[in-house]
Amino acid sequence: MGATVITITSGKGGVGKTTAVANLSTALALSGKRVVAIDADIGLRNLDVVMGLENRIVYDLVHVVEGACRLRQALIKDKRVETLYLIPAAQSRDKNAVRPQDMIDVCDQLRPDFDFVLIDSPAGIEQGFKNAIAPADQVCIITTPEVSSVRDADRVVGLVEASEKGPPRLIINRLRARMIERGDMLDTADVIDVLAVDLLGIVPEDEAIIISTNRGVPAVMEDGSRAGEAFRHIAARLMGQAIPFMTIQERPAPSLFGRIARLWRSA
Amino acid sequence: MVYSLVDTMSQTYINIKGTSDGLVIYVGAGDWNTLLTALEARLDKTPSFFRGGRVALHIGPRHLTAAQIETVGELLKRYQVSLWAVLSESGETQAVASALGLETSLAAPLVARLTGKPADEGGGEGGPPEESAILVKRILRSGQRIHHEGNVALIGDVNPGAEISAGGDVLVWGRLRGTVHAGAGGNDQAIVCALALSPTLLRIGHYMARTPGGEARQPEAQPSVPEMAFVHDGQIVAEPWRESDSLYGDWHSDLLRRAANTLSTWF
Repeated sequence: MGATVITITSGKGGVGKTTAVANLSTALALSGKRVVAIDADIGLRNLDVVMGLENRIVYDLVHVVEGACRLRQALIKDKRVETLYLIPAAQSRDKNAVRPQDMIDVCDQLRPDFDFVLIDSPAGIEQGFKNAIAPADQVCIITTPEVSSVRDADRVVGLVEASEKGPPRLIINRLRARMIERGDMLDTADVIDVLAVDLLGIVPEDEAIIISTNRGVPAVMEDGSRAGEAFRHIAARLMGQAIPFMTIQERPAPSLFGRIARLWRSA
Repeated sequence: MVYSLVDTMSQTYINIKGTSDGLVIYVGAGDWNTLLTALEARLDKTPSFFRGGRVALHIGPRHLTAAQIETVGELLKRYQVSLWAVLSESGETQAVASALGLETSLAAPLVARLTGKPADEGGGEGGPPEESAILVKRILRSGQRIHHEGNVALIGDVNPGAEISAGGDVLVWGRLRGTVHAGAGGNDQAIVCALALSPTLLRIGHYMARTPGGEARQPEAQPSVPEMAFVHDGQIVAEPWRESDSLYGDWHSDLLRRAANTLSTWF
């Protein structure tokens, strides 16, 4: 049985593609799955930084594609999580150093030995994006609840559909409950209403993410992060488990009903 | 078009004509791969004629997938020809082509001239092009565009950033939040109907209107009613589609009155 190749993309930059790939691949590996994360953002690599593996890079994706090393040599093994690997992007090259067929070939080589291959797509809809979705079995679109981000996500959903990858699924990132309550932020329903795709998960805004990306320790490794918990749930859904969506609240519900509901959820 | 008996097979299926908008490749009926081979043979025969040029692909009612369009694009690229437009009668193919960043029409008057000629299959609708209609069942997403010389009916939403342009009327069975131009050839009598009419830009013939106050950005506060937009006294007006306003209003109340009369004679 071969690996499932999942590409995380967004159109717009800065909405959390790299954070999502780092956290989801770590969460999947923590559940015992054999996982490779591939950074397809050639020329602007940072998945290695977010995963805390920057100082271990010798070979990268472009070296593999150009035959300068074997695929095995470019696989960086995570020290903390047994079954997690990273193929970093080249920093000194650009997107044209790789063709879509190269990505398909690399993933086909990885399929027999792994359960999941997660690809971190660059922003935009040009060559780098095409490279990233070419080998994908599934595509996840990530968006923040902002009109501009949703607009770009819509464009990307259209491109993914046109490339016959099947309907993509959606992760809504950086949701802020209090802003939604005030009517200052798009609600989950508003986003789904425009994009009309299946929801894979909702990730709340969480300062812990900034700390964790700076330290190179994905949030899913530590307890107590709301975003980390959300990413663990998404990982579980990628493994086919039915996990109900968490209600995004910034402070515990004051009502009795809310407390009972939370007790019930945690049970 | 009269086929000469000495034509090679390639010329039977592939016709290349020079127009003021550059070269147009007419692709007839038949097996797609055979046609590709035929096209390549044509390109191979006089490569210098094509080199550095740009071409539009006219495929009639044929449906092409994104992969098929990209294959043609790559084939042409090998002969240093760029594909800039795909002209298709299939709404889905138009959407796919526009998702790939290709135009789906030549300049409007030229299209009218071209479609006036019999297609290679010798088929086509009997009436003038503005009386033909296409039915599209899909969500038209940001960046996607449908253009048709006749009427356009779309089942699904038109998202912000998407565009419908029609020589005739436009009917959207869904939410119209993108850009729409009915009567694009200058027909001020054209109408636009939608279940929820809140386009970012609405054009009918020579007239233009915007949704007031940028409301298109906001999620609808209340369920909207179906509306029809048309030109009245030199400006575009939108009217709710209500039973009492419709032509059937009088007929309907008349029927009720008669039914009541009938009942009263029974009891």
